[in-house]
Amino acid sequence: MTIRLDHVSCNYRGVAAVHAVSASFPAGSRVALVGPNGAGKTTLLRAIAGVHPLASGRIDRGGLPADRIALLPQASRMERSFPITCADVVALGAWPKIGAFARLPAADAARVSAALARVGVADLSGRLIGALSVGQFQRVLWARLLVQDAAVLLLDEPVAGVDVASEAIFLDMLAAWQREGRTVIAVLHDLDMVRASFPQTLLLARRMIALGETAAVLSAANRRAARIALDPWDAPWREVA
Amino acid sequence: MSLDLLYDPFTLGFMRRALAGCLALSLAGPPLGVFLVLRRMSLTTDVLQHGILPGIALGAMLGGVSLLAMGAGGLLAGLAVTLLAGWLARVTAGREDSQLAAVTLIALAAGVAMISRGRGIDLTHLLFGSVLAVDDAALFLMALVASVSLLGLAIIWRPLILQSFDPGFLDALGGNGARWHLAFMGLVVACVVGGFAALGTLMSVGLMMLPAVAARHFAATLAGQIRVAAGLALLASYTGLLLSYYADIPAGPAIVLAAGLAWIVGLLLGRHDSLRAHWRR
Repeated sequence: MTIRLDHVSCNYRGVAAVHAVSASFPAGSRVALVGPNGAGKTTLLRAIAGVHPLASGRIDRGGLPADRIALLPQASRMERSFPITCADVVALGAWPKIGAFARLPAADAARVSAALARVGVADLSGRLIGALSVGQFQRVLWARLLVQDAAVLLLDEPVAGVDVASEAIFLDMLAAWQREGRTVIAVLHDLDMVRASFPQTLLLARRMIALGETAAVLSAANRRAARIALDPWDAPWREVA
Repeated sequence: MSLDLLYDPFTLGFMRRALAGCLALSLAGPPLGVFLVLRRMSLTTDVLQHGILPGIALGAMLGGVSLLAMGAGGLLAGLAVTLLAGWLARVTAGREDSQLAAVTLIALAAGVAMISRGRGIDLTHLLFGSVLAVDDAALFLMALVASVSLLGLAIIWRPLILQSFDPGFLDALGGNGARWHLAFMGLVVACVVGGFAALGTLMSVGLMMLPAVAARHFAATLAGQIRVAAGLALLASYTGLLLSYYADIPAGPAIVLAAGLAWIVGLLLGRHDSLRAHWRR
């Protein structure tokens, strides 16, 4: 169940955000999605998740049903003041299984507790999300991802603002996902983490600058090409001038 | 002074009907109000309370001064201005307040102009409510709206919560966020229109919003806020109707003042975000 993108273009608020991206992600691959701000990373990730409409092109998800693909949205886009407990947030990961109306089965309630324990915040389960630190909230979202138990994980800045201890937990989960054969595509800004933990990288600047082995993709030339593609005024002659 | 003063007004049939109707709406409206507060939609309720007036006036012009015609007109106008407010919020990317102010003013002016042209409707009663207006039909409408709203909220409960705090995740689950938002707004409009005969078009939103705003000071969790909001609304309905009876003021402002008192108490002395909590620090 390889995910194939064929000349995928997307608009965001009427402006071209992603242009003609073709790529394929085999099952079990670990790909970092890297690019400057405004490069269309979130839009492309949401398109792969089937949430953002395509302006043109097509995406073949290898017949994978929608509930086997999990999207972790950016934590900063959520309404953190909403009075809901951590356990309830994590339990929402069981939504694809139990739907909008059914009661949470005991087995899934146990999976919620296990997921909270796995990310080291078992003691926070009854806490309201508004009372959490950035790192704690991010861990709760990881726990929800664990409950979703998906084959493809699409992560939008999963480690933004977390401390070293949280980062270690994330890398541990990442390793487990690889052993379990899950596909992970993650938008990341920390290039050190990308080089250390993601064998493949897709460098995006509206169009695809490069896709392949991380070290090659993140060459100085490619990264400059990405900057120039987004901002033509950031051209080489300006660096000289 | 005897305790009979707290009971006597309700030996009158119209006071009993008004009380029963307001108690029903107190159970249905404030839970919706809690969601409106959490979704930062107070501007929308402002537009709504002004926007239903021209609809009611149009209903009265076309269908005569009947609860059914006026209620249907109010419901349609309420849904229309609510959709308009949502659309303006989208196209102006959150800078809709000046446009909404314009819509609000025009709607109120048009409604008052249409009511004044027609005959047979007391403008004060329509804007601020009258317990005398609560006949059997009005009571039935309030009870029906309250039942539908409570059941409706129970059904959309989980999607509405998810859509309120993490719409991106609901999208990813393939849940249609707009559908739940529309269902929710439909319930809000129905509740506001349901209360117009007793509370008045301008005050009906108050029974929904003020207890919800006050509840934030007394409870932290969603379920807690909803319980407190409904409880405060029940209390405000009862004391407000007493105030309306003895002080001879319209029912709408009386109930809203009683609910406003609950908010002031919460703001001063509540457990969360109150002035007392700030001073203690």
